[in-house]
Amino acid sequence: MAKEQMNGSEIVLKALVDHGVTEVFGYPGGAVLPIYDAIFKQNRLRHILVRQEGGAVHAAEGYARSTGKVGVVLVTSGPGATNAVTGLTDALMDSIPIICLTGQVPTHLIGNDAFQEADTTGITRPCTKHNYLVRSVDDLARVMHEAFLVAESGRPGPVVIDLPKDVLMAMGEYLPKNKVALKSYKPQLKAPAKNIKDAVAMIKAAKKPIIYAGGGVINSGPKASQLLTQLVKATGAPCTLTLMGLGAFPATDKQYIGMVGMHGTYEANMAMHDCDLMIAVGARFDDRITGRLDAFSPTSKKIHIDIDPSSINKNVAVDLCIVGDVAHVLEDMMKVLKTSQTKPEAKALKAWWAQVNEWRSKESLKYTQKGQVIKPQHAICRLQEMTDKLKREVYITTEVGQHQMWAAQYFGFEKPNHWLTSGGLGTMGYGLPAAMGVQIAHPKALVIGVAGEASFMMNMQELSTIAQYRLPVKVLILNNFYMGMVRQWQELMHGSRYSESYMESLPDFVKLAESFGMKGLRATKLSEMDAMLEEMIAHDGPVIADLNVDPKENVYPMIPSGAAHNEMLLGPDDNTVNSGAEEGLALV
Amino acid sequence: MTSVTQPSNQHTIAVLVDNEPGVLARVIGLFSGRGYNIESLTVAETRRGRHLSRITIVTSGTPMVIEQIKAQLGRLIPVHQVSDLTLEGAYVERELALVKVKGTGEKRVESLRIADIFRARAVDSTNESFVFEIVGTSSKIDAFVDLMKPLGLIDISRTGVVAISRGTDSLEGDD
Repeated sequence: MAKEQMNGSEIVLKALVDHGVTEVFGYPGGAVLPIYDAIFKQNRLRHILVRQEGGAVHAAEGYARSTGKVGVVLVTSGPGATNAVTGLTDALMDSIPIICLTGQVPTHLIGNDAFQEADTTGITRPCTKHNYLVRSVDDLARVMHEAFLVAESGRPGPVVIDLPKDVLMAMGEYLPKNKVALKSYKPQLKAPAKNIKDAVAMIKAAKKPIIYAGGGVINSGPKASQLLTQLVKATGAPCTLTLMGLGAFPATDKQYIGMVGMHGTYEANMAMHDCDLMIAVGARFDDRITGRLDAFSPTSKKIHIDIDPSSINKNVAVDLCIVGDVAHVLEDMMKVLKTSQTKPEAKALKAWWAQVNEWRSKESLKYTQKGQVIKPQHAICRLQEMTDKLKREVYITTEVGQHQMWAAQYFGFEKPNHWLTSGGLGTMGYGLPAAMGVQIAHPKALVIGVAGEASFMMNMQELSTIAQYRLPVKVLILNNFYMGMVRQWQELMHGSRYSESYMESLPDFVKLAESFGMKGLRATKLSEMDAMLEEMIAHDGPVIADLNVDPKENVYPMIPSGAAHNEMLLGPDDNTVNSGAEEGLALV
Repeated sequence: MTSVTQPSNQHTIAVLVDNEPGVLARVIGLFSGRGYNIESLTVAETRRGRHLSRITIVTSGTPMVIEQIKAQLGRLIPVHQVSDLTLEGAYVERELALVKVKGTGEKRVESLRIADIFRARAVDSTNESFVFEIVGTSSKIDAFVDLMKPLGLIDISRTGVVAISRGTDSLEGDD
């Protein structure tokens, strides 16, 4: 019996549906018109029309990060694909599963500098986990299925499928998804039993252990976060999280000692520096985490659990490498831990906690809210207090800069997948479209995009998308009239020469909101802030809230670049470290 | 963190990949993008019909960098196997070169005599030139080339290194 024939576009859509996709973020154009025609004729997939392709990828990232599913993007050839590059790189750095379908000129025109032609697979090779150029409709279904396998398994990441227009229009057969396997790609999920045994023995022997967990825990699924909590409880060790890991362990737990790294807490960084056993779980020893490498945690033994072998021994040499999925490894580890009395000896642990608590007593996140000038830290704290009272799910996205760090420092997360930020690439303009993607996935949730006025303007065309789909996203702009993080570095390291970091000619954000049919709010002094935040939260629709904060406020504590964990600056009056070393200046 | 102080060593790495468009670009892009050295690189399909190519890369770096190179190669989706021949026991390494020497008289005779010592074959000859084919380790070819320089060397084409482990181990497996 002859199999059912369908055209390439229908094969693409059928594959998406077969993989459980319900939403696609995209923007049409010449080369993908056949897919848009097929979308028009069906109703199983909902297409979300963005206003620029970069917004589509960030929206898909937000969608993916908040659901654990693959985010799907559909863009046209040439500029459609090149506009997607930043988002793809962002997704690669933060290990977000994305399928990006790009149109391409017909196969016979490839290489001819045709209209809207770009070498998409060439351009995206270094910024995707994998990419495909589909030259024949006979390969199309297989490639679609492979792409999902690659994007969501192992260390997740973005996959581009470049689709020439003639392939989309050619007739072919659909291949069911269970017929596809990749011989050369088999991520290792379970670690050898010996690794687990060795790890447990090291935990037993430790006197000053610390657990340092990152975004890999969140990528591994909610179960991994539960297992991480069990591990922290079983070992009695303090737990710190990376920027990408926030939510993997409850922020209100007594064993949580705050975020680690450049703007992490004093206690977390000191504990990382002084521990005798570091258990790194789904984290990658990024330079924002380690500070000066040759002074990084000099006396500790290190266990590193990661699904990506290339993450291990890349920046920091470790004593025990465990390649595997976090949930699988922690599950096996908990089994062994439960059968043996494994807590590090109580006396040593007690002394360790006494030390950690002494560092804690420095209160490195302390700030003073005096007078009517709003401290941004205070705004985030109030936001948390107000949203904690709600019985709704709350998701926070951020842009990149000072506001991002304040949100990370002062907003506590109890659960994974509720914090969305651009960690690795540091992409300004991420937060607004990401919030859009989260709201599409969770229509009833309260989605707040904490932003700076500079980052917000990088993708504010997406306000139009938010208006079109009536997404009740709340944008909270911590407006300090500066590119705050640039200004902070210029102040600390470049003699307060504020070169090009002042934001002039800002729009009236209230009127901007109103021009899109949204609610616009503003607060310029402390006495107006609470009412504004409450109104923002209560409003049943999209809001832009322009909160004018102290323009001179800096993010502390801080490990200056080129400094070690135990050389933190605790505040503007902290002159204990001279960080102006030339060496540090050259670092980012 | 010890990478600064570790010594840099040369490694020969064999990589088995799907023979598909772009696979070489992925490998080369990985090396250039991450700042690794390529001292030599060869690639060809090994057996028709199996769609597998074997890439032999000679690279150098500290032990930590070499580990990274292998892990990063392993991450590429079309890569089946990565084998560090330098670490994994004895192996055979060969390179082929075509060396063109132009000259007449005594120099011409001398080039032929040296070629004979190196077991190089003349594969083309005119009244005033030879093309020699020489096979051996890279250092043998270097030595041959050095000797040919004063004798009228004008052109060289080298294949780069191919290598394979000794004994019964296999990268590709049976049919």
